[in-house]
Amino acid sequence: MTAVEDAPTTAGIGHRMLRKEDAKLVTGEAKFVDDIKAPGQLWMGMVRSTMAHATIGSIDTSEAEAMPGVHAVYTGEQLAELGLWAAPLPCAWPVTEDMVNPPHNPVAVGEAKHVGDILAVVLAETRYGAADAAEQVIVDYEPLGAVTSIEDAMADDVMAHADLTTNKAFHWPLDPNPEATAAAFENAAHVVKARFIQQRLIPTPMEPRGVLAIPSPAGGEVTLYSATQVPHILKVMIAATTGIPESKIRVIAPAVGGGFGGKLNVDADAILSVTLANHLGRPVRWTETRSEAAGSSHQGRGQIQHMEAAADADGKVTAVKVHLDADMGAYMMLITPGVPLLGSFLYTGVYDIPNLSFSCDGWFTNMTPTDAYRGAGRPEASYAIERVMDMVAGEVGITPEEVRARNYINGGEFFENHEAASTLIFDSGHYRPAHDKALEMADVAGLRAEQARRREAGEKVQLGIGMCTYVEICGLAPSRALGGLNYGAGGWEHATVRMLPTGKVEVVSGSTPHGQGHETAWSQIIATKMGISPDDVTVLHSDTATSPLGLDTYGSRSLAVGGVAIAMAADKVIDKAKQIAAHQFEASADDIVFEEGAFSVAGTPARSVHIQELGFAAFAAHDLPDGMEPNLQEQVNFDPPNFAFPFGTHVAVVEVDEETGNVELIDYTAVDDCGNQVNPLIVEGQVHGGIVQGAAQALYEVAIYDDQGQITNPSLMDYLVPSAAEMPSIQVESTVTPSTSNPLGVKGVGEAGTIGSAAAVINAVCDALSPHGITDMEMPATPWRVRRAIEAAEGGGS
Amino acid sequence: MEVSVTVNDVSRSADVEPRTLLVHYLRDHLDLTGTNVGCDTSSCGACTVHIDGRSAKSCTVLAASAEGADITTIEGLADGDGLHPMQQAFHECHALQCGYCTPGMIMAATSLLEEYPDPTEAQVREGLEGNLCRCTGYHNIVKAVLAVGGAS
Repeated sequence: MTAVEDAPTTAGIGHRMLRKEDAKLVTGEAKFVDDIKAPGQLWMGMVRSTMAHATIGSIDTSEAEAMPGVHAVYTGEQLAELGLWAAPLPCAWPVTEDMVNPPHNPVAVGEAKHVGDILAVVLAETRYGAADAAEQVIVDYEPLGAVTSIEDAMADDVMAHADLTTNKAFHWPLDPNPEATAAAFENAAHVVKARFIQQRLIPTPMEPRGVLAIPSPAGGEVTLYSATQVPHILKVMIAATTGIPESKIRVIAPAVGGGFGGKLNVDADAILSVTLANHLGRPVRWTETRSEAAGSSHQGRGQIQHMEAAADADGKVTAVKVHLDADMGAYMMLITPGVPLLGSFLYTGVYDIPNLSFSCDGWFTNMTPTDAYRGAGRPEASYAIERVMDMVAGEVGITPEEVRARNYINGGEFFENHEAASTLIFDSGHYRPAHDKALEMADVAGLRAEQARRREAGEKVQLGIGMCTYVEICGLAPSRALGGLNYGAGGWEHATVRMLPTGKVEVVSGSTPHGQGHETAWSQIIATKMGISPDDVTVLHSDTATSPLGLDTYGSRSLAVGGVAIAMAADKVIDKAKQIAAHQFEASADDIVFEEGAFSVAGTPARSVHIQELGFAAFAAHDLPDGMEPNLQEQVNFDPPNFAFPFGTHVAVVEVDEETGNVELIDYTAVDDCGNQVNPLIVEGQVHGGIVQGAAQALYEVAIYDDQGQITNPSLMDYLVPSAAEMPSIQVESTVTPSTSNPLGVKGVGEAGTIGSAAAVINAVCDALSPHGITDMEMPATPWRVRRAIEAAEGGGS
Repeated sequence: MEVSVTVNDVSRSADVEPRTLLVHYLRDHLDLTGTNVGCDTSSCGACTVHIDGRSAKSCTVLAASAEGADITTIEGLADGDGLHPMQQAFHECHALQCGYCTPGMIMAATSLLEEYPDPTEAQVREGLEGNLCRCTGYHNIVKAVLAVGGAS
């Protein structure tokens, strides 16, 4: 049957092609890590610290070891003595020369630094047996003072690491023109100051993390199946951390159930499973439980933002000053210190604000380490500038839409290659059409009338309208730019395109999907480039044996870097095929035209050869041009010359029950511009999901730590990932402003929704509450917070 | 202990510990890995199956208490080789991305339509409250369920 009459059709770039990935996923055939079994496998169970900060005394493993089915128990000290790792877990982004980076052993030795820090590992024959045995390991703790908030860390009275003398890890400034910024503030008609809290979030991909390491005792190779976004990075880092030759390591990311940054790390479980599998000569596996994840998977956000904006009398913003105090958690993970810096360049938003002064201090705490979470630094920046723009509007006495219109780069008209105050070059932008379209779709004029009516009538449920006009940095990243930021690797992506003898095409990509639909999108690119059916394309990915080169998936980079590499490799294959066609036609390659998959001599279209036929000619190699190598296979390692800067306008509509404080998101409109679109169906899906994640930060989600450093809401009972019942339908539209950073003109869309929605929702909440004189609301805007704000505004306090 | 059930019209049995959860019985002992585990508090619904025709979170049920039951998992939802209409609708509406919640979501959605054959959007949203998805924002899931509901 066909459930939807206007079901999309199969085709190339720009079409709403249905996903190739779906059949395996809707039938349960897809294999996630926990679905894969290995004969002789041992289950790993982690003994985790129940204290936020403590000296580890004795660890009694005898009871656990005596349990039936328990194979071994190792403490950190024992593992260190066995020499199972050669270096601590890696941080690839030492943001300053003098950044403090205490060693982060896969299993703690001597001192536990956060609840969830691994203290010992058990290996047992069954899933349940490993969990039981881990519970029977008795740890003798000597408690140390715990740093359980950024403010605690800044006070520097208690150290998160006993051997440090300050909790400050680094200070990182971006201040291109301090004199000009100071002058702008001196000459300002309005100065707005604000302090925003970006609460800690738990990424919560629906598939928990997991690993399965399979050794080859005789051959020395080891294969790691991991629920990871980054198999290529993981492979390099396992080699660097364990000393196992990189050539002996194969990493496979099978079906991966979401990531959102949460699977973008080099975690202890990967190192331990590989080294213990090699040590014991048996496969070793581990699957995280959801409640365990709160202490074992990195968290996102965790910043205090100090914002100041200078504006002239008309609301034209002339300078922004930003200082961040960023919570690193207990350790530097893969890119922990770099996350706040990824946002640093975006604190002037989509606006022609000539001056930016930014600094960030990184602080250690005794909480779960932070690292990338959908948007990684950019939602925070977007939130801050978009909240501040509303505050400027309030100061000047103009509407949120008017303050934005007065400040857009180039007045909201089309531009290319704009140098922002951060010194980054925005590739292209055209902000006003998205703005106008979103306001019209949301019917902001009608909503304001309804809002006025409810206010006039004194109704208990008030209406709030909030907008956000965001820009983000995608296409991570030009390798030179990363080098300039002291990041440890580059930002290129690899692609190989080969035509098989039968005319089918294999694409090898170093980009690693976990829900993004790469197999579909890459097939569409090849279909358009080569004039063949997307069904004739197979995409190989996520396995370092079949796709040895790659830098994986994060930072909305897959299409703008990896997809572009595929297009470029396809062009090279076509060029080679053209040489063969010219040879067959006894013509000059300059005279050969290529249309809809067929080569012909210009002017004589009757005689043609299809590119898929040339696959066999190149394979047989009976009659190739002199000096030409057999086969049609080309590779590209694309290093983008610049980032890409997608943008858009979002409008959120909330109802606030002033009696209960409950906020309901009742409507949401997004007009996004991610440049040219390969598959609008996938683009819309990314936007939908991103919006809900950002709205969840605004209204529901926060990892709550008590003053002992215990996370009080580790499970999905208390960590409030929204369901369908809390969310409205979402209106999504787009404008198209091609990027100048790559030949496909594409930008990236994986994080756009999240970058736009938290600010839009909180702007709407503040708009609803503005008659009370309320101008700010901490996230998440819980009923308790909303009621407390209303009571405080009414002089009642609480 | 020996636990015997009928799964997807086939009689199956396995010797398991009495405490074994139905979801682990299905996954680890019967190799039916299409049913996923997303949490440890019966909150996410990734493990939803049909027990005697009604949807249930299989992480909340002991295998032992399912003795003799007639269970349908995602692997057995469709008749024959094609897709069940709900599976087809999820595909056509782009109602899945990573696909991890999808088997549970589809099992819950088919059960929902048993109760509300032609549901409103609000009924779909309320009815799927026990199933979490982190990718889609639910928009296209709701669309898919409404499409099947409206068609039946």
